[in-house]
Amino acid sequence: MGTQSRSRRALHWIAFVVLLVGAIGTQTVINGAFERFTPTQEVQWVRSPEVMRRLVLGFNSVAADIYWIRAVQYYGATKLSKAEDKDYNFLFPLLDITTTLDPRFNIAYRFGAILLSEGYPNGPGRPQDAIALLEKGIRESPNKWEYFLDAGFVEYWWHDDPKAAADWFLRGSKLSTAPNWLQPLAASVLAEGGDHLAARVLWTQLAQTAEQEWMRRTARTRLQQIDAQAVIDQLQPIVNSFYDKANRFPTGWDEMTRAGFVRGIPLDPTGVAYTLDPVSGAVDVAKDSTLYPLRRGL
Amino acid sequence: MSAVLIVARGVFKDSIRDRVPYNLLFFAVILMAASFLLAQLTAGQDVKIIKDLGLAAASLMGVLIAVFIGIGLVAKEVERRSIYSLLSKPITRSQFILGKYLGLVLTLVANLAVMAIAYYAVLAYLDWQTPANIKLGWEAAAIDPMLLKAFALIAVELMLVTALALFFSTFSSTFLSAALTIAIYVIGHFSEDLRMLESFGASPAVAMIGRGLYYAFPNLAPLNVTAAVVHGQAVTAQHMLLASGSIGLYVAVLLVASTLIFERRDFK
Repeated sequence: MGTQSRSRRALHWIAFVVLLVGAIGTQTVINGAFERFTPTQEVQWVRSPEVMRRLVLGFNSVAADIYWIRAVQYYGATKLSKAEDKDYNFLFPLLDITTTLDPRFNIAYRFGAILLSEGYPNGPGRPQDAIALLEKGIRESPNKWEYFLDAGFVEYWWHDDPKAAADWFLRGSKLSTAPNWLQPLAASVLAEGGDHLAARVLWTQLAQTAEQEWMRRTARTRLQQIDAQAVIDQLQPIVNSFYDKANRFPTGWDEMTRAGFVRGIPLDPTGVAYTLDPVSGAVDVAKDSTLYPLRRGL
Repeated sequence: MSAVLIVARGVFKDSIRDRVPYNLLFFAVILMAASFLLAQLTAGQDVKIIKDLGLAAASLMGVLIAVFIGIGLVAKEVERRSIYSLLSKPITRSQFILGKYLGLVLTLVANLAVMAIAYYAVLAYLDWQTPANIKLGWEAAAIDPMLLKAFALIAVELMLVTALALFFSTFSSTFLSAALTIAIYVIGHFSEDLRMLESFGASPAVAMIGRGLYYAFPNLAPLNVTAAVVHGQAVTAQHMLLASGSIGLYVAVLLVASTLIFERRDFK
């Protein structure tokens, strides 16, 4: 009886292992066979933030976190994808739902605004959506001076509108919680207009005051872009002077170096060589540099 | 009173025997796994998300236990026919109902207390792991005593869900009791919408019915202070007292109604 019981138990174990291996194997076959049918595009089942707020039955905060993670993942995956036409269409709806579910989700407004305004192909290039998101944040938390600062940034950096930027900074500076440098910043932006100096002041301020490391990192990258643009502004006339002398543009930095126009291959602040187009003579940051692309008119 | 406590103790022991504490292990595993995974995915929001996730998991698990054990409190005794021997003892039906209720509430509160300890342990670990400059960006400290207010209001919500499950189980089947309890729980989260039906274009008659339902059903929204405590916003003592007091009255009404129905039931 004992032996019979033992062999039955062993049989059960063997059946368990064999069936489990079979189930996993079948799943693997299914994955291989149906891979081509998996959706390649992101799907957003519920588009209305208000409907979603009702559907989550009081679990708003954790649902907002899930949407936040989705937004960050969606942005990252789209940015890193090799697709020719990158589609960031769901970014704003995802951030809109996140901030409706948790209206005090500070970072979703601030980080979201940066992601939304980022120029194509590194982002959707929709500064107007970024402003709309920040305005929503201001309606929920009217005393958050940081949202006014961010909206001013978007106006200054992406809309090239120093007047609108200064207006945001001034409005923010009137809040009791605002730091004392916000009002002078408005004046500085107005005085400098589109000059690099005002941009440098803005990003330096953010690099020093941002609460989150990724925001400080973004600000540092922007400062490096400003430095890179300043170097390009110096290099371009040198390349043009080569043209004046040779009646053609140089084939590259090696020729410029041999001809004594530059001392060596110029590198951007991340250590990647600037590109020199032999046809148009345009100097730019390389596409594989983390500083690419530079904002037009920087 | 001692009869009530004897019944309550029985329910508590039963829940231990039914392996209810296993959910605590599940809770701890969820929190710990989440804390390691989320740090990679959330762009510096791991502490906020762990706080949200912990409170949501504690609430959800509590509601599931309250519903699925609550509906069996009376039904099981009837099914097993142990109700006959119980009622032949010197115990009134109201004591029986109250004892059953207190026993499950005791189980849920003990559960919640252990979850709160695990929750704070994970948050303390995150606090210890995080450099001081990163902590400057946090809206509230990781080990924030304010979070206990959220746990307290979750306990109040669970007391209501238990009372609902017990109430329905005194006159209907277990399946129907579960469905009705969950329905009231869902309606409780839609209360504000019931009151504002007019703004959704409802006719005056429907809007009036909506307002009537709003006052008849408990409003669970004020019990949800997760967002406030996680963002370091104040939750006043007045809010805590009003929200708990209102639900406490609903609980009392449900217990009285349960007793009235149960006293009319014929077990001969």
